[in-house]
Amino acid sequence: MLLTLSTTHHPATDLGYLLHKNPHRPQSFELSFGHAHVFYPEATEARTTVALLLEVDPVGLVRERRGPSGEGGVLEQYVNDRPYVASSFLSVALARTFRNAMSGSSKERPDLAGQPLPLVARLSVLPCRGGEPFLRKLFEPLGYTVTATRHALDETVPDWGPSRYFTVTLEARTRLSDLLTHLYVLIPVLDDDKHYWVGDEEVEKLLRHGEGWLAAHPERDIITRRYLRHRRSLAREALERLSGDEAPEPEEGTQARNQEEAALESRLSLNEQRLQAVVAVLKQSGATRVVDLGCGEGKLLRALLKERQFTDILGMDVSFRSLEIARDRLDLDRMPELQRRRIQLLHGSLMYRDARLAGYEAASVIEVIEHLDPPRLAAFERVLFESARPNVVALTTPNAEYNVRFESLPAGTFRHRDHRFEWTRAEFESWARGICERFGYSVRFLPVGPLDPDVGAPTQMAVFAR
Amino acid sequence: MKLTIPELSLVLLIGPSGAGKSTFARRHFKPTEVLSSDTYRGIVSDDENSMEATKDAFETLRFVAAKRLARGLLTVIDATSVQPEARKPLVELAREFHVLPVAVVLDVPEKTCQERNSQRPDRAFGAHVVRNQLQQMHRSLRGLEREGFRHVHVLKPEVLEAIEFVRQPLWNNRKHEHGPFDIIGDVHGCREELEALLGKLGYEVRPRADGTPGFDVRPPEGRKAIFVGDLVDRGPDTPGVLRLVMDMVAAGSALCVPGNHEVKLMRKLRGRDVKVSHGLAQSLEQLEREPPEFHKAVVDFIDGLVSHYVLDEGRLVVAHAGLKASMQGRGSGRVREFALYGETTGETDEFGLPVRFNWAAEYRGRAAVVYGHTPVLEADWLNNTLCVDTGCVYGGKLTALRYPERELVSVPAARAYAESIRPLGGAVTPGGGLSAQQVHDDLLDIDDVRGKRVVTTRLSQNVTVREENATAALEAMSRFAIDPKWLIYLPPTMSPSETSKAPGYLEHPAEALAYYRKEGVAKVVCEEKHMGSRAVVVVARDEAAARRRFGVTTGELGVCYTRTGRRFFSDTGLEAAFLARVRAALTASGFWEAHQTDWACLDGELMPWSFKAQELLRDQYASVGAASRAALTDVVSVLEQAVGRGLEVGELAARFGEKARSVEQYVEAYRRYCWPVHSLEDVRFAPFHLLATEGVAHMDKDHVWHMETLARVCQADATLLVATPFRVVALEDEAAVAEGVRWWEELTARGGEGMVVKPLDFAVRGRKGLLQPAIKSRGPEYLRIIYGPEYTAPANLERLRQRGLSTKRSLALREFALGVEGLERFARGEPLRRVHECVFGVLALESEPVDPRL
Repeated sequence: MLLTLSTTHHPATDLGYLLHKNPHRPQSFELSFGHAHVFYPEATEARTTVALLLEVDPVGLVRERRGPSGEGGVLEQYVNDRPYVASSFLSVALARTFRNAMSGSSKERPDLAGQPLPLVARLSVLPCRGGEPFLRKLFEPLGYTVTATRHALDETVPDWGPSRYFTVTLEARTRLSDLLTHLYVLIPVLDDDKHYWVGDEEVEKLLRHGEGWLAAHPERDIITRRYLRHRRSLAREALERLSGDEAPEPEEGTQARNQEEAALESRLSLNEQRLQAVVAVLKQSGATRVVDLGCGEGKLLRALLKERQFTDILGMDVSFRSLEIARDRLDLDRMPELQRRRIQLLHGSLMYRDARLAGYEAASVIEVIEHLDPPRLAAFERVLFESARPNVVALTTPNAEYNVRFESLPAGTFRHRDHRFEWTRAEFESWARGICERFGYSVRFLPVGPLDPDVGAPTQMAVFAR
Repeated sequence: MKLTIPELSLVLLIGPSGAGKSTFARRHFKPTEVLSSDTYRGIVSDDENSMEATKDAFETLRFVAAKRLARGLLTVIDATSVQPEARKPLVELAREFHVLPVAVVLDVPEKTCQERNSQRPDRAFGAHVVRNQLQQMHRSLRGLEREGFRHVHVLKPEVLEAIEFVRQPLWNNRKHEHGPFDIIGDVHGCREELEALLGKLGYEVRPRADGTPGFDVRPPEGRKAIFVGDLVDRGPDTPGVLRLVMDMVAAGSALCVPGNHEVKLMRKLRGRDVKVSHGLAQSLEQLEREPPEFHKAVVDFIDGLVSHYVLDEGRLVVAHAGLKASMQGRGSGRVREFALYGETTGETDEFGLPVRFNWAAEYRGRAAVVYGHTPVLEADWLNNTLCVDTGCVYGGKLTALRYPERELVSVPAARAYAESIRPLGGAVTPGGGLSAQQVHDDLLDIDDVRGKRVVTTRLSQNVTVREENATAALEAMSRFAIDPKWLIYLPPTMSPSETSKAPGYLEHPAEALAYYRKEGVAKVVCEEKHMGSRAVVVVARDEAAARRRFGVTTGELGVCYTRTGRRFFSDTGLEAAFLARVRAALTASGFWEAHQTDWACLDGELMPWSFKAQELLRDQYASVGAASRAALTDVVSVLEQAVGRGLEVGELAARFGEKARSVEQYVEAYRRYCWPVHSLEDVRFAPFHLLATEGVAHMDKDHVWHMETLARVCQADATLLVATPFRVVALEDEAAVAEGVRWWEELTARGGEGMVVKPLDFAVRGRKGLLQPAIKSRGPEYLRIIYGPEYTAPANLERLRQRGLSTKRSLALREFALGVEGLERFARGEPLRRVHECVFGVLALESEPVDPRL
């Protein structure tokens, strides 16, 4: 919420000419989200400091919100950090109040505007997702000396540890316009959020403000992705234009941070291998009517549709949102009638007996059971093996033993935050054999993914048949 | 002339065009009862005479007729129906819904028909049409009964005018008989046991005074016995049993439905070729000693038995092998077959006996169904159905259900008279001491929760759960909630008091107290509001209680869950320890004995807030505190510097100084509700409702009872359990009201969250229906963590006062009604799906959009 800029250039009060703001007259500017105040806490020839103070209206933020709801829906809450931190609000205020200075023009001191000056910027406070190392990676390549003080979440509760907020000082001999531009771009990048919708014009804005420094910046890719709110198509366009040659594939979706599991396993394209293995089992079973339980966004369904053998394909998921995405991805609304008749989506749950699941010859349950609380597995077993009772079931789950092979996964943690358990091969096999005894199935086990001699494959699959 | 037709029938008016069917139908039936083919031609084609539209018209007519018959409504088909192939689908329709088809033939001379048609310009078809129709009709007349019509009335023109239809109730309709009844299971010739059971039930059974063979039976005042059939075969004295029951039925002190054994015996006695097995041989041998008149009396008796009875305004059905809801109160061959034999799946079991279709598992009907046929070890309710055949003849016992008391009375068999091929147990496999209902409820059915639902509650009639909310709840319930067996209640949301206009306040208890006074409530209870997380605790006294009452066989002795049905403790060891402490306190305070229960369900607040809300606290509350304090400290010092330079920023400095103070207060506010939890010693639980114990949902007690009852439990473990401080305030007493407000001021000044005001009684009606069960008034400092650190700035407060409570209040009432309904159903021992329906409903309503700060 507070940015101060100081210079020791002589006479330091020339800062006022560069900023087009009189050091003796405090000024206020009205912005859509509150006010920006500009004043000089010190103004001597030896040292002059200007302060840009944001006064964000905390009630208006929630009540009159027009933009996105912010990372984690923060702008739907009255208790939020936005009024107190440096964020895209500050970038907007910078552009409004110091427009000329940012573009490097000065009526009174045109030469000085193009000249490197000893400058110190201080931000109170800056949220840094990625911590101090990331902060340094952003500013140090641009020639800044970075000093950062990290604040504790609550000094009376040391257990909670540090917050993501820093008071940051950036010191360099640089043109004022460069400093302002760097701040303009990199503050929202550190915060990794924006209070307005990001569209095509944001690409132009990034390229304009990044001219002369962004293309060569070692963190160019992540700066671009974060600045463009992880919108893949925008980021690709910007990166192509920045580098001229083919851009690397940026991470997917706005929820990139949550897709730890996918990232972890991506090296193996494990998901692809799982789907192939399941399709092979289903084909082999000779089934024509198949159901994918926990179909999610429909990746397996798409693969099943390609196989003529399957004449009746049902995808069921408990998440209505996932089914909507599946409907979009499979383009169900525009599918030709003959194809459309082969597939159905169903909102349902594996915790309730469901007559709609009867009559399917084969079922797949891919990476689903580990999302069920162990005490509720019994219900799932009865729903599938007693009530729906398909002839063949292909069921996959992570092999916990393999976790030691994931370098970025801390020991003892699961691959996904929502996993309620991850089983070793022995645990999985003993559970599966219990199913066979109780419900009259036989089972065989297949590894999926590269087979490690000590810990097995990353995914384990059981194929039940009756 | 009076024509009798069954009250539920499908009536076909048969006659050629111009016979006057529509006029006749109008005179004798309600307009909605009559479905005319012409009308349906018009509906599908805009032309009542379009022959081209006939197929579509009949499909539509059939669809509507099916809906009516399914609902048990008499339906009249007004179409020519002169050809057998036209009648056949309608007879099939009647069969499908187990109603009787009735043929009413309008035998009108051709001349009359032709004259009538000639007067209607839209019926310009040739004379041959009517002539053909008449011929076809006359050819049909003799075959109508063979086609399946049980009632055929051929009406000549001269009688048409004088006809009057009399609608006759079906034989099975005994809705006007309210009992009380004693419904007795399969006797199978066990006369001694039957006499003993009747004696135990209070019936005086004596040999006839005049010395003729037979019995005089005097039932207890107003009571009547009902026999579920299978009186005969296998046992030692079939004639004795028959004589006793026949005499009771003749005297009006008993009703009897036939069993499959009676039917077989009757056929044998009538000389039909019947395979003599299953104990029929004994009956025949015993009957040989009886005179032929008795044989005839037995045949007549059995022949006169009605397949099943619908009693007590439709609340009770008795049939030998049970009866599906769609067949109750109907009459058809298939209804009779089902009532006698039940349905089989076509498979045979390992004993070579047909596998019975477990209709009771799918039963969702309103009527309780009491039946026999399948011997079981214990009579055990399942989905409001009960089998009372406890295998007396196999050495089990003879059982009766007292209705409406729903008590079971039985006498043991003197000995085993026959050997069962299949071990006793019957359709339901016993599940380790669980009841049939619990075994069945181990898995709930999606059809009992999905889609739009209307739940009938005692407090608020019908509560509607919209489909999109049920959709949201299905995901939450499936992914996060605990086992539904434990999840018998979810607490309702609670509205704050109306927004206060007092300077500096957004909420104040004056408004809460005024609300109840305005609604005519004399006394309220003000309870301190604890700031933790809402927790419902279900605790069983021992494993047996968990098994018996909750059907839980995992060894768990209870559960502690959140207001959205999630497990409160992520550490199961800690949860077990917590429950053990609560259980110990209940034991030590003599709770089990005082309430004659072996389980309890408590509603309360579990503290500290930071225990459950750790992540929220760190990510949101502490983060905002850290950011704002660090930033504002810098801002204040920079502004001081500017003031020192003589700049005109005094006003700005004052404003930001105020902000800095606000965030300090905000941080203090959330810190009050946080303390580290290293073990159970750091946890506090403050129960404020004793929701339910065995057989009772305690919503009939006032809140002082709840407070005092729970305070006694809390005394037994004062470290873990916190008795909630409260005050009773008489709303007419100004001084008492002022004292209540003062108490709130004290509580909130000490950093308390505030208080909850409740009417003294649990559920209270006001001028416009159910009142809010509770209203919270939160303290000004607490509200900083709801409305933000700076909410008290006058400009902010003014805007925040613009808030609407009506959605929140309506939601609170609906959730309250559902929650109470669920508990009451559980207390009554209803099937789990009926309890789950309510709990699911509360969770679904919680997905309705409402201001989360209220």
